[in-house]
Amino acid sequence: MFSVDLLINAVVAGILLGGFYAAVSLGIAMTFGLLEVVNIAHPVFVIAGAYAAYMMNAAVGLDPLLTGLLFTPIFYALGVAVYRIYYASFERKGEQSLRGLVFFFGILFIIEVSLVLIYGVDYRLVEAPYIGRSLLIGPLGIAFRLLVPFVVGVVLTLALYLFLGKTFYGRAIMGVSQDALALRLMGADPIQIKTIAFGLGIATASLAGALLIIIAPVEPSIGREYIGRVFAITVLGGMGSIGGTLVAALLLGVAESLTSTFSGPSWALAVSFGILLLALAIRPSGLFGR
Amino acid sequence: MKRTLPVAVVLGIVGGGMLLTGVVENRYFYFAAYVILQYIVLSTAWNILGGYTGYVNFGTPAFFALGAYTATLLMLLCRAPLLMLILAGGLTSGLLGLGIGYLTLRLKGVFFSIATLALTVVLQTLIINWEFVGGAKGISIVRPAAIPVFRNYVQYLFVVMLSLAVGSVAIARWIEYSWIGRGLAAIRDNEEAAECMGVPTLRLKLFATVVSGGLMGMAGAPFPYHISLIEPLSAFNLDYAVNSLAMPMIGGTTTWLGPLVGALLLGSAQQAATVTISSELNLLIVGVVLVAFVILAPNGIVGLVQRVLKRM
Amino acid sequence: MRRQGMQRIDTRTLVGALIAALAVVAIWRPLVQAAQPIRIGFGMALTGGLAANGKAALLAMEIWRDDVNKAGGLLGRPVEFVYYDDQSKPATVPGIYTKLLDVDKVDFVVSGYGTNLIAPAMPIVIERGLVFMGLFGLANNEKFNYPYYFQIAPNGPNPSAEFSRGFFELAAGQHPRPTTVALVGADAEYPHNALAGARENVKKHDFKVVYDQTYPPSTVDYTPIVRAIKAANPDIVFVASYPPDSVGMVLAAHEVGLKPRLFGGGMVGLQFAAFQTKLGPKLNGIVNYDFWVPEPTLNFPGINEFLQRYQGRAEKAGVDPLGHYLPPWAHAMMQVLGQAIEAAKSLDQKTVGEYIRTHEFDTIVGQVKFGPNGEWAKARMLLVQYQNITGTDIGQFAGPGKRVVLLPEEWRSGTAIYPYGEALK
Repeated sequence: MFSVDLLINAVVAGILLGGFYAAVSLGIAMTFGLLEVVNIAHPVFVIAGAYAAYMMNAAVGLDPLLTGLLFTPIFYALGVAVYRIYYASFERKGEQSLRGLVFFFGILFIIEVSLVLIYGVDYRLVEAPYIGRSLLIGPLGIAFRLLVPFVVGVVLTLALYLFLGKTFYGRAIMGVSQDALALRLMGADPIQIKTIAFGLGIATASLAGALLIIIAPVEPSIGREYIGRVFAITVLGGMGSIGGTLVAALLLGVAESLTSTFSGPSWALAVSFGILLLALAIRPSGLFGR
Repeated sequence: MKRTLPVAVVLGIVGGGMLLTGVVENRYFYFAAYVILQYIVLSTAWNILGGYTGYVNFGTPAFFALGAYTATLLMLLCRAPLLMLILAGGLTSGLLGLGIGYLTLRLKGVFFSIATLALTVVLQTLIINWEFVGGAKGISIVRPAAIPVFRNYVQYLFVVMLSLAVGSVAIARWIEYSWIGRGLAAIRDNEEAAECMGVPTLRLKLFATVVSGGLMGMAGAPFPYHISLIEPLSAFNLDYAVNSLAMPMIGGTTTWLGPLVGALLLGSAQQAATVTISSELNLLIVGVVLVAFVILAPNGIVGLVQRVLKRM
Repeated sequence: MRRQGMQRIDTRTLVGALIAALAVVAIWRPLVQAAQPIRIGFGMALTGGLAANGKAALLAMEIWRDDVNKAGGLLGRPVEFVYYDDQSKPATVPGIYTKLLDVDKVDFVVSGYGTNLIAPAMPIVIERGLVFMGLFGLANNEKFNYPYYFQIAPNGPNPSAEFSRGFFELAAGQHPRPTTVALVGADAEYPHNALAGARENVKKHDFKVVYDQTYPPSTVDYTPIVRAIKAANPDIVFVASYPPDSVGMVLAAHEVGLKPRLFGGGMVGLQFAAFQTKLGPKLNGIVNYDFWVPEPTLNFPGINEFLQRYQGRAEKAGVDPLGHYLPPWAHAMMQVLGQAIEAAKSLDQKTVGEYIRTHEFDTIVGQVKFGPNGEWAKARMLLVQYQNITGTDIGQFAGPGKRVVLLPEEWRSGTAIYPYGEALK
C-alpha cells in the first residue's frame, strides 16, 4: 500500500527523528570522534538528563527544555570530573582502549542502577503544552513532540559546529585531536583542552535527555538501545566531523522510518545497523571522515 | 612449561565432577555450579580475543545466543543428542566469528568493538522474526527423558559444562604458551610493529576470533535445556556481555588463570547475591567493583597476587 | 531457722508442682509445633522489566499472608514467605527454586510473574510432584499436562485466542459489519501470543487482514507505524502492546488522526494509574481486554476491602496506586492455595493438588474453578471500553463508569459506543 502521502510523511518523520538522534550523538562525536575516548556510557548520561527534566517537570512544572539548558553546566562539571578520573587512571599511563572502555562500561552500570534505585523501573513522562499537538500541512502531519527536538537538535549541532570552527577553544579541540604536540607549542595545554571537550560532550547530554523525554516515556535501561545507534551515527558520519554526524543521523532516521513504514517496524533497527556494518566494510572513514 | 595441560589433570577434574554427582544430592549446587562454569567458559573465550589480542568484544550475547539457537534448531529438527548440539553450536558461532572478523578486523580495534555491538542487534532482530525457533514468544523446551549414566539431567548438564570449562581453559593455556599466543601478545602491544616484523596479524586475529566465538557458542548450546526455555531476551541478555568482560578484567587479562579466578569469584558472588541481597544492589556492586579494579588493579587479581609474591 | 522451714516441703506442694510441670510440658510441645511456620517459597520480579507488576503482586501476597496470620494461620501455624528476586530473568529461576526446595526446604512453592519466569520452574516442580500455582502464565502446561499446575488468570482453556475473542465477537456483531482488520504489536512474548490468537479469531469471523506487522519494543516513534496503518484504511485496529508502546500507540493515533470503527485489543498498561492519568480522555472509546474493573457487576465479596488495604500501602511500596491489574489475582492465587491446605487438612502435595483440581473456591475475584490443564475451566476475560473520561484526575478511575464491561454478557455493565469515533466527541 505504497502511496506518495505515506512516503512524504515517512521521510519527514525520519528527518525529524534524525535531528533528535543527532542531538544524542553529538556527545559521542566530541568524545569519540575527536578525542578517541570510547565513552559508551554517554547514552546513560542522556537518560540522566531525561530524569533531571522529569524531576523538575514533576516538582515545579518546569518545561523540559529549560531544565535541559539549566542543567547543562552541571553536566559539564560532571563530564570534567569523569574525564579527570579517566585521564589520571588510563590515558596518562598510555593504556587506553581496553581499560578505558571497561571503565566507561562500569560507569554505565553505576549510573543506570543508581537511577533505578532512586526512581524505580516505571516509565516517566513529562507534560508540556506542545506535546500531543500536531501541525497539518496538506497530507503532511508534523507532531510538535518531534518537531521541537528536531529544531533543538539542529540548533545544537550548528552551535557546536560554529564553536569548533570559530572560537579559540573550539579550534584548539579540533587541533588536539590532530596534533597534540603542535598544540602545546602554540601555548595551549592539551590536557586542559581535552577536559573541556569531554565536559562539553557530556554537557550536551543534558539537553539531549530533555529532548528524549519529550518524544517518549523513559526508564533507566533504554540507554542501552541507543549505544549502538549513536556509535553507528558517529562512525557513519566520519570521525571528527560534526556536520557528518548530523547528516548520518538524518540518514539513519530516514532509513528507520522508511523501513518502519514499508517493510515492517521489526526490521528498522536491524536496517540501521546493517548500514553501519556495510559502512565499516566499504568505507570505514565514514561519509565525511578525515 | 608444559604446553598441553596434562591429560591426567583434565580427566581428573572431570572424573572428580562425576564422582561428586554420585555423592551430592543437593540440586541447587548443580544449578549454581552450572552457571559459574558457564561463565568460566565465556570469560576464558572472551579473554582469548580481549586479553591476549587486545580486541574488545561487546557481542558475547550474539555468539552465546547463536549457540543456543543452533542447538534449538537441531533439537526441533532431529532431536540430536546434546554433544552434537554443542559441536554444532560451536561451529556456527565460530563461523560467525570468522565472518565478523573478516569484515572488521582489518580496521582499528575500536571499530571491531562497535561492529560486535551492531552484530548483537542484527542477530537478535533476525531471531525475533524467525517463528520456527519461537521468535519473540520463545519455545518451552522439554528435557529428554533418557539420561546417560547420571541420576538426573541437571547432574548431566553439570558434568558437560565442567568438561567444557576444563577444555576451554586448556585451550586458552595452550594458546598462551604457543607461538600463536606470542603473536597475539605482539598484536596487543603494538599491532603496527608486529605487522612490520612479519607476524601474520590478520590470520592470527581471525584465529582468535573463531576460537573465541566457537567456545562461546558451545557454552550457549546447553542453555535451552538449563532453563527449559528458549527466548531472545534471556539468550541475548546483556549480563553475558558485562560478565564476560568484567570477569577477565577483575581476574587478570594476561593469563589463562585470570578469567578462571574472575569467573569463580564474581560468579559465586552473583549466585550468592541472587539468593541473599536480592536487589539492584547486586548490579551496582558489579559496576563499582569493575570500575575499582579497572582503575586500581589493571592487571586484576592475578596481577595483584603477582605483585605481592614478587615483594616477598 | 528458715532453712529448717524450707526443708520440709509439703507433699501436696510437691505433687502439685510436678503436675504443673508436666502440664506445661504437655502444652509446650504442641505450642512449639504450632509455632513452626508453614513456609511458602517463590521467585518474584522485584527488579528488571517486570518489576512494576512483580512488586505489586508481592504486596498483594503479603496482604494475604498478614490476613491469614491474623486469623490464626493455616492449620494453626503461621505462614512465612521465603522469596528471592528473579530480576525478570528466566536464567535465575532454576537456581532460585532448587535453593528454595533443597536448601530452604519450603513447604510449598508458587510461581513468579509471567510466562517466561514460570517456564524454567516447571521441570523442577514436576519432577518432585509439587503443587504449583501460576501467576499470569500463558500455556506453560501445554507440553507437560501436569495435573497440579493451576494458573490464576481467567484465560480459560484457550489462552492465546481468549485475549481477542471478545474483541472480534463485538466487531462481528455490529451493523454494518466491519470487514478489514489491522494487526499490530510489539516483538515480545505476550504480544506475539495475543496476535497469534487474534489471527485465529479473524479467520473464524472471516475478516480481511490489511496490515499485519510487529515493531521492536525499543521503538521511539510510533507515528510511521500508525500512519502506515491509517493508509491501509482498516475498519478494525487490534493492538497487542506493553505499557510504553501502549502509550506510544495511543498518542500517535491521536496525532495522526487514526479513527477506525473499532480500536484497541490487547493493550497492557492502559490499566495502570500512571498511564491513565497521562492519557486521560485520549483513552475514550478504546476497547481493551481486562481481568477485573471496578464495575458494579464485578463487586465480589472482599475485593473492595482488599483494594483499600492495598491502596493504603501502595505508595510506600512504590507500586501502581490503584492496583486493579495484577494484585487482586496474586491475592486470589494465595487464597486458593490457603483454602485448599485448610480444607484438605494436610501439607501433602498430592492431597492438596487433588483438592484444588476438584473444588471451586471463593476468592476476591469471584468463584474460581480449574479445568484439566490447569487453566480456568471457563474463561472470564472481560472486554472493556473506556468511556466518559474527563481530565486526568486519578480518582475517576477508582470507581465505576469509566471502564465499562461489554462482554461476556453475564458481566456486562454498559453499552458499547460504536464506532470508535463517536466516543471522541
